[in-house]
Amino acid sequence: MIHKLWASVHKEFRLLSRDLGGILILFLMPLALLITITLIQDSSFKAVNSIKIPILLVDLDKGSVSQSIAEGLASSESFDIITSSSEENAKKLVFQGDYQLAIVIPERLSEDLNTKVQENVAGMLASFGLEEDTLKAPKQAVKTREVTLYFDPATQGSFKNQVKTGVDKLISMIEIQSIYKAFQNEIGEEETTFDSEPFIRYKEVVPVQDEKEMIPNSAQHNVPAWALFAIFFIIVPLSINMVKEKHQGTFIRLRTQPVSYATVLGGKTLVYLAVCLIQFALMVLVGVFVFPLLDLPSLDVSGRISMLFVMAFFSGLAAIGLGLLLGTVAKTQEQAAPFGATFVVILAAIGGVWVPVFIMPKFMQTLSHISPMNWGLNGFYDVFLRNASFINIIPEISLLCLFFLLTTLIAILYNEKKQAV
Amino acid sequence: MITINQLSKKYKGTDLFSVRALDLQIQEGEIFGLLGPNGAGKTTLISMLSSLIKPTSGSFTIAQLNFKDHKNQLKQILGIVPQEYALYPELTAYENLHYFGSMYGCKGDRLKLDILRELDVLGLGAFAHKSVRTFSGGMKRRVNLIASMLHHPKVLFLDEPTVGVDVQSKNVIIEHLQKLNAQGTTIIYTSHHLNEAEHFCTRVAIIDRGVIVAKGTPKTLIASQENARNLEDVFLSLTGKALRDDT
Repeated sequence: MIHKLWASVHKEFRLLSRDLGGILILFLMPLALLITITLIQDSSFKAVNSIKIPILLVDLDKGSVSQSIAEGLASSESFDIITSSSEENAKKLVFQGDYQLAIVIPERLSEDLNTKVQENVAGMLASFGLEEDTLKAPKQAVKTREVTLYFDPATQGSFKNQVKTGVDKLISMIEIQSIYKAFQNEIGEEETTFDSEPFIRYKEVVPVQDEKEMIPNSAQHNVPAWALFAIFFIIVPLSINMVKEKHQGTFIRLRTQPVSYATVLGGKTLVYLAVCLIQFALMVLVGVFVFPLLDLPSLDVSGRISMLFVMAFFSGLAAIGLGLLLGTVAKTQEQAAPFGATFVVILAAIGGVWVPVFIMPKFMQTLSHISPMNWGLNGFYDVFLRNASFINIIPEISLLCLFFLLTTLIAILYNEKKQAV
Repeated sequence: MITINQLSKKYKGTDLFSVRALDLQIQEGEIFGLLGPNGAGKTTLISMLSSLIKPTSGSFTIAQLNFKDHKNQLKQILGIVPQEYALYPELTAYENLHYFGSMYGCKGDRLKLDILRELDVLGLGAFAHKSVRTFSGGMKRRVNLIASMLHHPKVLFLDEPTVGVDVQSKNVIIEHLQKLNAQGTTIIYTSHHLNEAEHFCTRVAIIDRGVIVAKGTPKTLIASQENARNLEDVFLSLTGKALRDDT
C-alpha cells in the first residue's frame, strides 16, 4: 500500500513537472492576484484617508454656516473643494460623472439657522425668567432647511454613506456652536465662554503582543484572504488532471489493477497539497519582502509562521477534497474547469473573501458558516489579527479536515457506484 | 481455468442484454479468441471478467477464484490490455511501465530489469526514456501490452490488441503473445482480424447479440460450415452480412 502510494506520488509529481507552463501558472498567477488586489485595496484605503477627492460646492448662502461647512470639508483633508455658482451646472457635472459629489448650501441658511436658534434659546431663557422681552416678540415661522447632495450614480454606497455621515456631523457641530453662541449673546456676558469641544470621545483598544500593539494593515487582511482563494483554485487543475486520466484510458487501467481508489487519490492529495503549501509560502514571501518594494505595508509573520502553515495545510486539504470529488464526478474538462472556477468564486463570496460576512444578509451569513473558505479565513484571521493560539484554531482546522474526509469519502463511494453500470 | 455460468449483463437504461446467459469454459494454456461483429458483447464480457463492470446476473471463476469474493486476488493474476492506449503521454515509456508495474505490487531492481527486458524484446529498448507522446500507434500498442504483463499474469485479456498497427508491429505483438502462452499464460483475445485469429487462437467462440453462436477450434468451425474456406466465411455465415453499426 505504501509502495503504491509512493509510486502514485512519484507519477503525479512527474506529470506536474512535465508541464512547465502549468507550473508557472499555478505558482505565478496567485502571486499576481495577491499583488494586484493588495495594490488596489491599499490605494482605495489611501484614497479614503489621504488622496483628495475633488467635489463641487455651491454656496448660495454666503454666510457663516456655509463658510463653516467649507472650512470643515477642507480641514477633513479628504476633499478638494471646487466652488460652483450654479446648482444646475453642478448637478449636470456630477450626473455625467465629472465629479463624484456636489454639495449645495441653500440661500439664507446662516440667517435662518441664527433666527431659529436665537428664538429657541430666548424661549428657553424666558421660561427660566431670564429674558422677559422675548416672550413679547412675535415668533417667525422658520422652516427646516436642506443641504442638497448630488452623487455620481456610479459612486459606491460606502463612499456615499461616509460623505453623508461626515456632512451630518459637520452640520451638527455648526448647530451646536450656534446654540452656544446664542446663549452667550442672550446672557450678554462677554467673558462667559462655553467649551464647544465634544465631551465624550472614544478610544480603540487593539490586541497587544510582546508589548507591541497589533494594528492590522492591508497586507494582514489581503494575504490570508487571497492566499486562501488561490489555495482553493487548486481544484481546477486537480479535477482537470483526473478527467484527463479518464479520457486517456489510464484510469480504466488502474481500475483493473489491485490498487484502491483511495490510494490513487492519496497520491494526488500529497502532491497537490505540496503545491498548495509552496503557493502559500511564495505568497507569504511576497507579502514580507516584495510588498515593501511596491510601497505596500509589509506582512508581519513574526511568531506566527508555524500556525500559518497549519492553517494553509488544512485549507489545502479541504480544497483538495473538493477537487477530488469534482474530478471524480465530472466527465469532461468542459464540465470540470468552468464549474471549479465558478464554484471557488462562489465559495469565496460566501466565505467573506470579497465582503465581510457581518454585512451580508442574514441568510447569506448562515450560509457562510458552511463554506470551508469561511472556516479557513476565520482561522487565518485568528492567527494574523486576533493573536490566537493553536487551541483557538482547533475548531476551524477540525472543520476543514472533516470537509476533506467527507468529500473524499463521497468521491470514493461515487466511484464505487459508477462501476456498477 | 475460467468457468463462466449463465453470465448476463444489461446496462442501466437499456432493454437489451449485451451478454445473455453465457456459459463458457476456457482451459489453462489456451489462446482463446472471442470473435463477433460490433456490439456483439465481446468487450462487455471482457470488462466483466476483468472486474471493470458488474454482471447483472450469473457468475464466473478464474483459477478457482470467485469474482465476488476475491476481487483483489483476481486482479493480481489478471492482465488486461485495453482497447485504448491507456498510457500517460507526458511520461516516458519507462516511467509509464514503472508506475503501472508498481500498481501490481512489483518493485525494486526486478521491476526495472523486467521493464527494460520487455522493452528490448518488443523493439522499444532505444525508446525507453522517450515521451510516449512522440510514439507511433504501433509503439504505443507495444507499451500498452507490456504494461499489462509486468506482474506475470496467469490470464491475459486482450481487447483488440493489434487494431490500427502496421504489419511489423502486429507481427512482433503476436509472436510475443505466443511466447507468453508457451510459458503458461492463458490468453483471451478479441479481434476483428479473423485471419489473424484463425492462425493465432487454439480455440474461438463467435458471439452475436450477447450469445455464443459457435465455438471450437478454427479448423473444426471451418469444417462445420458448408463451403467455408476460412474463419471469415464461418463468421459471415453465422452472423450474416448485414451492417452492424451499433457499439
